[in-house]
Amino acid sequence: MNFPLLSTLIVLPLLGALVLLFIPRANDRAIRYFAVLVAFAAFVVSIALFVGFRAEADLQFVERVAWIPQFGIAYYVGVDGLSILLVLLTTFLMVIALGGSWVGVTERVKEYHIFFLLLEAAIIGVFVSLDLFLFYVFWEFTLIPMAFLIGIWGHGRRVYAALKFILFTMFGSTLMLVAILALAFAYRDLTGTLSFALTDLWTKPVPLGLQPWLFGAFALAFAIKVPMWPFHTWLPDAHVEAPTAGSVILAGVLLKMGTYGFLRFNLPLFREAAHQFAPVIIALALIGIVYGAIVSMVQRDIKSLVAFSSVSHLGYVMLGLFVFNAQGISGGILQMINHGLSTGALFLLVGMLYERRHTRLIADFGGVAKVMPIFAAFFLLVMFSSVGLPGLNGFIGEFLILTGAFIANPMYAAVAATGVVLSAIYLLWMYQRAMAGPLTHEANKTLKDLSAREIVLLGALVVFIVWIGVYPRTFLDPIQPSVMDLIGILR
Amino acid sequence: MINYLWLVPALPLAGATINAIFSRKLPRWIVSAIAVGAVGASFVVSLLAFFTLQGLDEHQRVINVPIYSWIPVGEFRVDAAFLLDPLSALMLLVVTGVGLLIHIYSMGYMAHDENYGRFFTYLNLFVFSMLVLVLGNNYLLMYVGWELVGLCSYLLISFWFFKPEAAAAGKKAFVTTRIGDFGFGLGVLLIFTTFGTLDFAHVFKEAHELFKPGAPVITAITLLLFAGAVGKSAQIPLYVWLPDAMEGPTPVSALIHAATMVTAGVYMVARSNVLFELAPLSSEVVAWTGALTAIFAATIALVQMDLKRVLAYSTISQLGYMFVAVGVGAYGAGVFHLMTHAFFKALLFLAAGSVMHAMNGVIDMRHLGGLSKKMFWTYATFGAGALAIAGFPLLSGFFSKDEILAAAFGTNHLAIWALGLITAGLTAFYIFRAFFLTFRTTPRWEVEHHAPTDSAHAWRGPHESPATMTAPLVILAGLAVIAGYVGMPKVLGANFLEGYFEPVFKPHDLHLAASTEWMLMGASVIVGLLGIATAWWMYEKQPDLPVKLGKQFSGVYNLLWHKYYVDEIYSAVFVAPGYKLAMWLWQFVDVRIIDGVANGLGYATAACSRVVRGWQTGYARAYALMMLIGTVIVIGWLMMR
Repeated sequence: MNFPLLSTLIVLPLLGALVLLFIPRANDRAIRYFAVLVAFAAFVVSIALFVGFRAEADLQFVERVAWIPQFGIAYYVGVDGLSILLVLLTTFLMVIALGGSWVGVTERVKEYHIFFLLLEAAIIGVFVSLDLFLFYVFWEFTLIPMAFLIGIWGHGRRVYAALKFILFTMFGSTLMLVAILALAFAYRDLTGTLSFALTDLWTKPVPLGLQPWLFGAFALAFAIKVPMWPFHTWLPDAHVEAPTAGSVILAGVLLKMGTYGFLRFNLPLFREAAHQFAPVIIALALIGIVYGAIVSMVQRDIKSLVAFSSVSHLGYVMLGLFVFNAQGISGGILQMINHGLSTGALFLLVGMLYERRHTRLIADFGGVAKVMPIFAAFFLLVMFSSVGLPGLNGFIGEFLILTGAFIANPMYAAVAATGVVLSAIYLLWMYQRAMAGPLTHEANKTLKDLSAREIVLLGALVVFIVWIGVYPRTFLDPIQPSVMDLIGILR
Repeated sequence: MINYLWLVPALPLAGATINAIFSRKLPRWIVSAIAVGAVGASFVVSLLAFFTLQGLDEHQRVINVPIYSWIPVGEFRVDAAFLLDPLSALMLLVVTGVGLLIHIYSMGYMAHDENYGRFFTYLNLFVFSMLVLVLGNNYLLMYVGWELVGLCSYLLISFWFFKPEAAAAGKKAFVTTRIGDFGFGLGVLLIFTTFGTLDFAHVFKEAHELFKPGAPVITAITLLLFAGAVGKSAQIPLYVWLPDAMEGPTPVSALIHAATMVTAGVYMVARSNVLFELAPLSSEVVAWTGALTAIFAATIALVQMDLKRVLAYSTISQLGYMFVAVGVGAYGAGVFHLMTHAFFKALLFLAAGSVMHAMNGVIDMRHLGGLSKKMFWTYATFGAGALAIAGFPLLSGFFSKDEILAAAFGTNHLAIWALGLITAGLTAFYIFRAFFLTFRTTPRWEVEHHAPTDSAHAWRGPHESPATMTAPLVILAGLAVIAGYVGMPKVLGANFLEGYFEPVFKPHDLHLAASTEWMLMGASVIVGLLGIATAWWMYEKQPDLPVKLGKQFSGVYNLLWHKYYVDEIYSAVFVAPGYKLAMWLWQFVDVRIIDGVANGLGYATAACSRVVRGWQTGYARAYALMMLIGTVIVIGWLMMR
């Protein structure tokens, strides 16, 4: 296929944002419809990408144009099994997120949608960049719209949260920039030419003395993004203050930039260091799994509960990636998608409650299932997907990760599996208090059940939640060759 | 025929799906037609499968039916595939058969519930899940069914979620069983790393070839698997969820928390008999857990006043018997008791539900009594069930319990046999205590007392339940009486079951002398009759006696009445400290330490920046210039090296 699908995916939202500039501010509806339309078009393009993707290990849909040839920097994009699903997830969740902003966002609608489309282009750029400099540009570019989304359309302490988000991420990415430069120059030292292309850098092993430093710098940037324990404290603040759609994208996609970074760069580029550091990463992942789950139990705000649960779930992903076997890494990749779907759906659900009641405190609810039965049904299903119930998506990812972990060391799996018990506790307890029991608050007695638009959004998420649970091969088979390839590199 | 095996679980799943989406818009008779029809059709297909299997040669009675390849990753491959053999075929009949009767019963029982459609959706979903559990041909698919029945249990226990107790009980059930599943899951993983597959056929074949009895890894696998059974089948120490599960509608208690789901652990151990045979230590643990649970729960049942809770503790106790059986290697006896128990315990629960129906929801035996005159069918069928569970000669419970006790005795587990025998006496006592307190004795209810203020729904005193409810009672009573004849002791006649299970279980010959068998049978009969007689004496003849005894032995009485304070102990030891730990991690570690360090770094930076404040012009272009200079310096330095 010669048609530049990946560039289309990046340019489409940018063009959309540009067109939005010219739609009159007063025309709210047109802005919303157009933005959703653009996002949907991008989703359709990414489906074409997925359908056209061959289940092979090589990079596909590659486009390469010199950008700053003096420094060996190029516009160089492509996908393989490690990134294809994330592209699909991004475009899908964007449609959901924008569709979910219908009621919640009423101010500065135009800027809001422009920022979202810019964000989409940047995220896709991150997942398809094969040039490290280009990757860095996209990586940093995601920060700006996201910080604005939190800072302008957020709640309560939104400015504090936006600042914390920026400072934490910048702290990591600055070191990453230095590491990227050092990597390129180390390559020049070996070959005589400067290049930032991943496919070039792969070919020459990074000097052993340099590896731990570069691994560390990349790892720090990515670990903050994931976020791994103990770099996670920006996340609950960012989530609690972010608007609903911001949370959906933040949890659903932005965090995956961190785990993807480990997968794309840390593992293949610094093989020896990866083995060296694996016990540390795994230890932090395990702490994150247990710690995030325990702290989730006592949250009073549903959003911060889901935020801490993300720390736990992404601990699973990290564990899977660093056990270096097919089950762990496949499970890790699939779990990125699963977390995006389940947690995205959870944030969307919480947002729907917030739009109705303007509170997210568990104590302000109780008995909601009585007045919102359809909402309750979706909530239950999504909750059990997050709990890892077989038949739904979360189980496949979790089980593969646990299998991989068990092969590496049964103790890893034993510690990680406690998260399975704990997740049932914090989610079911929350459901019990918020959704079950008698209707204690007067304001909750008149809550309206879901609208058709909301049912469509949640229904779309549920389709994938069930699909992955029942027939995961649609998504597992295409990524297998790339995973096996990566394992080959690691061995 | 076997090609249509997938219909057995697919039909209830289809029923659940249709009702989940459309039941809010459909009239009730269509909702129930779909739900009952789905399970009924599933039962018919199960019957056909059963007879097809019986028609085959004995060695061919193990049929794997692949459906599709589910998770293939690296060397890890799991298929969605079913296994039909005598064990799963029998389970199919029990699940769909008892399930069908309970679906029919529910049409009457739930007739006035506003969430009629949701109830049948869940009920069908449960039948589907249980069938997946039973039919799965590998440990992962079994685990899928295992977890899905847990989901349905949760949904149905908290069916009346607006009652805080129901919501709490549902969560407790799911979480407690998940603690056991933690072990089960690790056991499955250990099976995979040991054998490289999760298929029953391969695992059992290789286990046989590769390992000798007592191999540590097999012991570990079986103990981990058994942890799951302890949770799901409500054994010590994870039984605490089952009594609370009685908050669910009574048909649910009958189907899930008596007849089918809670027996999943027994089924799993029986299914894994090859592994347990190789792990004598694990089998010993299974048998002892069962025996201790049996007597422990039976003692609690002695004094409870809530009729359904008596039955709940009775279920825990009877499950203990089944674990004794599979623990001492009498797998056929365990599954036999599983089947008879499914009939008589479902019957007892449904009869209790009929009482609740008649008494406007009252289930406390202190407010019952004398119902035999008002509801003959309920009374008679409960009586049949009570006789069956008490081990009255020639009824189903007599045969199956006797076989378990004989197996314990015959394998030299004399202490376990003694515990089982005592439990048999306690069982006979508590069930007839409940029987007399509910149906005989003087009525302790008054019509005015219960009457609500609005007269349209006024309670006009107990009445017999509709035919949709009594018909299942009668059928189950029939089964509770006769089902034992398929597994008669050899001294009485031919034992059909023993040969039936042959491809799955090795024949279990105890080599007991006929005189020993008669002696054991005699002992059980005497103990059972003694229990019945004592209950009759204490509650029918001398109604003041229990109160006096309770006062005289108030220490023991309180201990039993408060269920050995186990819930309170768990709450103090696990729940409260867990909460404190979580608060500490959040408020101290997260907020103070981690954020404290981050903020500290921030302040330190701010302090440094005071020194270089002069550079801070506040103009973006100045910053951009500085960034550019910085980048150039770094790149320059790197290029110069």
